[in-house]
Amino acid sequence: MLRFVLTRLSLVIPTFIGITLLVFVLIRLIPGDPIETMAGEHGIDPARLAQLRVDYGFDKPLLVQYGLYLSRMAHGDLGRSIATHEPVISEFRTLFPATIELSVCAILFAICLGLPAGIIAAVRRNSIFDHGVMGISLTGYSMPIFWWALLLILLFSVQLGWTPVSGRIAVQYFIEPVTGFLLIDTLIDGDFGAFRSALSHLVLPVIVLGTVPLAVIARMTRSAMLEVLGEDYIRTARAKGLPRFRVIAIHALRNALIPVVTVIGLQVGVLFTGAILTETIFSWPGVGKWLIEGINRRDYPVLQGGTLLIGAIVMIVNLLVDVAYGMINPRIRYAR
Amino acid sequence: MTAEVLESPVVVAQAGTAPHPLLELWFDFRANRGAVTGLVVIVVLILLALSADFVAPHSPVITDNTAFLKPPVWQQGGSIAYPLGTDAIGRDMLSRLIHGARLSLLIGIAVVTLSVVAGTILGLVAGFYRGVVEIAIMRLMDITLTLPSLLLAIVIVAILGPGLMNAMLAVAIVLLPHYVRITRAAVISEVSKDYVTAAKVAGAGRLRLMFKEVLPNCTAPLIVQASLGISTAILDAAALGFLGLGAQPPLPEWGTMLADAREFVLRAWWVVTLPGLAILVTVLAFNLLGDGLRDALDPKLKR
Repeated sequence: MLRFVLTRLSLVIPTFIGITLLVFVLIRLIPGDPIETMAGEHGIDPARLAQLRVDYGFDKPLLVQYGLYLSRMAHGDLGRSIATHEPVISEFRTLFPATIELSVCAILFAICLGLPAGIIAAVRRNSIFDHGVMGISLTGYSMPIFWWALLLILLFSVQLGWTPVSGRIAVQYFIEPVTGFLLIDTLIDGDFGAFRSALSHLVLPVIVLGTVPLAVIARMTRSAMLEVLGEDYIRTARAKGLPRFRVIAIHALRNALIPVVTVIGLQVGVLFTGAILTETIFSWPGVGKWLIEGINRRDYPVLQGGTLLIGAIVMIVNLLVDVAYGMINPRIRYAR
Repeated sequence: MTAEVLESPVVVAQAGTAPHPLLELWFDFRANRGAVTGLVVIVVLILLALSADFVAPHSPVITDNTAFLKPPVWQQGGSIAYPLGTDAIGRDMLSRLIHGARLSLLIGIAVVTLSVVAGTILGLVAGFYRGVVEIAIMRLMDITLTLPSLLLAIVIVAILGPGLMNAMLAVAIVLLPHYVRITRAAVISEVSKDYVTAAKVAGAGRLRLMFKEVLPNCTAPLIVQASLGISTAILDAAALGFLGLGAQPPLPEWGTMLADAREFVLRAWWVVTLPGLAILVTVLAFNLLGDGLRDALDPKLKR
């Protein structure tokens, strides 16, 4: 097992170095002098420019600059935002819980609906329910979620007035961040009005962000279940008189879950992609919206640091999924 | 009566010989209702895109100062001149949608072509020249795959600057790893087969081996992935357009149209609903086609 983990890790490290290189090169590829870009439209005194160039190490060879960048990064310094002059890492840390809260709720939503839907579709293969689930999930998979968000706003916020249009919580509530997750913080405060407000702000973004993972999970569960249900040991279990529910829920599902768990793990990247769009539409104060604002303001340190951090997070989650997969399925461990 | 008796043996003889592979593919494909629906929708869209200049009742960019946010014809205040209404500056929605079909199909096909060509070549090279070259290519693809697709596309557009061309290039780069991986895997499994060895013994050069011997045997998964890739390309390009990083106004790209329409979500449902519906239908059609092709091309699924 240790050997397996180490092999995986040895594959991840070059990828991470690659990402740092990519992000480093990104800033160099942008036309114009980075210091002048930071100075903005006001221009800058030539002496100050030269001083800043030395301060930032831009007078050194590129390889040395990359080394300096890596060493700063290792000390947690990802530069400062041009717009707010705050360190990129601390901005990320403040906003990240909002994205996590949204993403976790979205993936839970997707699992809670997708898993049972996929199981029932497989058990009742070729029934109306099966065709319905498959049709809906292919539609969900093809959905431009930024449009889906607008449709839901149109229906639930504008027509029915059930949910707020944007934001994370109604303005009258001020919640001291303890965990950064509003659903938990409001409960710690014991403020149920605030909790309800946070929950109602969460509903639409969660549906929007959960749609694609929901479709993927339902499809994957169905095909994994179909495969397992055709196995001999299932027939044996049925033949020896076990109740149908037990065969499906215990014997079949346990093995069918292996590929499903992997697919759920792989949704991290999908969730980040979706979070960029969802947060922008719902003005959700998370890292996705922050990145888009960074682009629009030409705030390159934000873009650079944010990309690096998100890349690292996706990579770590993928590694964990890989290791977990090796743990539940010994065949994988020895095959490579 | 006699004619019938004479005819039947002929039919039997025909059934005995295997049909042409393409014909067989068509028979398998035809059995899948969803895939056929997808194909029909795509054909209609292609016809619309090709004849956009004749079919569209108005120009997609000319504004009508007398008709801002006119509702569709079946709603009160709508007129037959603008069957699907007009947008905020008086452009005909129907014409913009039809011209948008041309743009979106062009985006999908151009992006996937670029990505498939580059990906196939990189995959062939990685599969043939093992060692450092292979490691370099595959590591690069791993990095590309690690970053969330839209984030990577945004980063690329941030470097190159917003615009349709740059957005297309960005999406092509994002899709690249899939084709490289598929080709490399197929090449590695093909190279050890006898026909390749035979060609090698007969004195075929590396390029000939790559493109004439091995590549034709790797096409099935590439075709499936390409069909699914078109839907991803259209979706991603529309998302970039929506974020203001893709096609720029006044181009009638569906995602860009949606971005323009966002502020009118309360007043004019049609400017918000219709472009998104167009994206959904197109993407769904290509996904149905891709699924159908995969089922038809995958010998494992055949009975």
